[in-house]
Amino acid sequence: MSEPAPRTLFEKIWDSHRVLDREDGQTLLYVDRHLVHDGSAPAFELLRQRGIAPRAPDRIFATPDHYVPTDTRDRAAITDDRHRGMVDALEANTAAAGIRMFGLRDANQGIVHVVGPETGLSQPGMLIVCGDSHTSTHGAMGALAFGIGSTEVAHVLGSQTLWQRRPKTLRIKVDGTLGLGVTAKDVILAIIAQIGAAGATGHVIEYAGSAIRGLSMEGRLTLCNMSIEAGGRAGMVAPDETTYAYLAGRPYAPSGHDWDRELARWQRLPSDPGAVFDREVSVDGDAIAPMVTWGNSPEDALPITAHLPDPAAEPDSERRAAMEDAFAYMGLTPGAALESVTVDRVFIGSCTNGRIEDLRAAAEVARGRRVAEGVVAWVVPGSAPVRKQAIEEGLDRIFVEAGFAWREAGCSMCLGTNGEIAAPGERVASTSNRNFRGRQGPGARTHLMSPAMAAAAAVTGHLADVRALMAEG
Amino acid sequence: MEPFIRLRSGAVPFARANIDTDQIIPARFLSRPRAVDHGQFLFHDLRQAPDGEQRPDFPLNRLHWRDARIALGGRNFACGSSRESAVWALFDHGIRAVIAPSYGDIFANNCVKNGVLAVVLPREAVEALMAEAEASPGSEIEIDLPEQTVTSAAGTWSFDIDPYAKKSLLEGLDELAFTLTHESDIAAFEHRMGRDNR
Repeated sequence: MSEPAPRTLFEKIWDSHRVLDREDGQTLLYVDRHLVHDGSAPAFELLRQRGIAPRAPDRIFATPDHYVPTDTRDRAAITDDRHRGMVDALEANTAAAGIRMFGLRDANQGIVHVVGPETGLSQPGMLIVCGDSHTSTHGAMGALAFGIGSTEVAHVLGSQTLWQRRPKTLRIKVDGTLGLGVTAKDVILAIIAQIGAAGATGHVIEYAGSAIRGLSMEGRLTLCNMSIEAGGRAGMVAPDETTYAYLAGRPYAPSGHDWDRELARWQRLPSDPGAVFDREVSVDGDAIAPMVTWGNSPEDALPITAHLPDPAAEPDSERRAAMEDAFAYMGLTPGAALESVTVDRVFIGSCTNGRIEDLRAAAEVARGRRVAEGVVAWVVPGSAPVRKQAIEEGLDRIFVEAGFAWREAGCSMCLGTNGEIAAPGERVASTSNRNFRGRQGPGARTHLMSPAMAAAAAVTGHLADVRALMAEG
Repeated sequence: MEPFIRLRSGAVPFARANIDTDQIIPARFLSRPRAVDHGQFLFHDLRQAPDGEQRPDFPLNRLHWRDARIALGGRNFACGSSRESAVWALFDHGIRAVIAPSYGDIFANNCVKNGVLAVVLPREAVEALMAEAEASPGSEIEIDLPEQTVTSAAGTWSFDIDPYAKKSLLEGLDELAFTLTHESDIAAFEHRMGRDNR
């Protein structure tokens, strides 16, 4: 008898969730976990119009994040009727269906992509979906997780399944040792700069290599979170001791005999030796410096030590036109040093960088320093548990003493759906995931970077190399 | 869902690469129910200045492209956020087909669910169609889904499409109703999964 063919992590999860295959190449996949947030009202409405109830409420978990204010936990204080309506709709829809919701005052409330891993709901080997493109985050747990649209959310609510065509696989290997001040955010920005904003379109990414293995769970979540910014359908990291240590003891993680049984299953998930990927990319981890973006696509990322490019020197006409647009929108001068760019606001938070390790890294830079004159700096924890832990560690005091605003958990200024936005023309150093035109408010200018780099921008008033501040101590 | 079979129309070009769904519909309009006309939000902040004045040079504001039912996009069109309202904004404006070299994956899925055809053609073909649209703005493009062809004065191109997407569009398929005809398969899977997990 021949050995079974070696399979990738992705293929193992795909195979174990196939309900049925069609001749035309579509597969009906079973969804283990469906996460919903306060943008899901249209999907529930679609289902209601059909007279269909959610099929498996015990597999669905909800939390409001997009429309919640981060200055108060009082829902009645939401002044915008539409915003309050979205939060109210989530509560009504989940209550009617018997879906567990971590509400605004719940100890587990937070950004859905922080809450899933943190509560132990997101586990290795699972198929996880959510009506949000950053669902790729949960792949860091060794799961297959991807974002879907409203109609697909309604389909999953009604059937607990989803039709998919099998995507291609891409392995991105990052070997080497990350330097001082270089984080998972810098790794993913360097990857996107290398392969482009459509570099992984149609592919599921598996991140591998020694630099990835060395990342904490928080770092892997940051990495997988931005897979979508490279066009990836999903991003994954094989589960290992780091994963299991992170999961053990979390509220929804298995325990006792269940833990032992699940652990044995999880340990069989990593890609087999000899498993074949459709594409392979290598990135030199030793060469990555702290990164910042300058344009309106996450692929416009450069090491902080670099100078801005010159569109006139770009040979590709399509690329040149996009660069010219970005320079005009961002109010930047070709050829200028990145460190010369001053900032008006700083946002530390989001599903990309709103976890405890992120707040620790930012606090380390903020400790004993002051937010620069004229800069408004916010720290928005990714979840209520992150906020609680930060307070227990005294991080909130460090931020407040340095002049940062210390806020409640939510998506906040990452996309401003709750009304928390920057003013037109304001320049924001942001730990979020998208530097699109108007992403943080009409006319707002976003530069993406790590939490430590954002803190460095806050205390210096300009884009700054955090390594210089770290050397000062 | 309204079936899509053939379409002949003018085509409005959006020439840039990486046009994200935040441009197609800004986040502050996402709290509107589906019943609201989302066409008014299409490319809202590119189409008009902050004071509300329409920008005359933006393609959607040019007279000959206002009623176009086909959009031409650059590489990685509609990347980024999963917001299905990006498709609703296009659809409500009257756009029933997009032609681009590549798309954000989630947007392409959302198109199928709403009866919008997202055609993939090589970059050179899309550039030829854009050049023609600019040169003779009254010109039309014909898309034939059963034949999988795009025809204009600039030439004829064949395109590939996922067979399931094609069938869904041609028949205006109600996917959830179709899936629920497989309810016994789903139940059997759940039973099997429960057994394996013990």
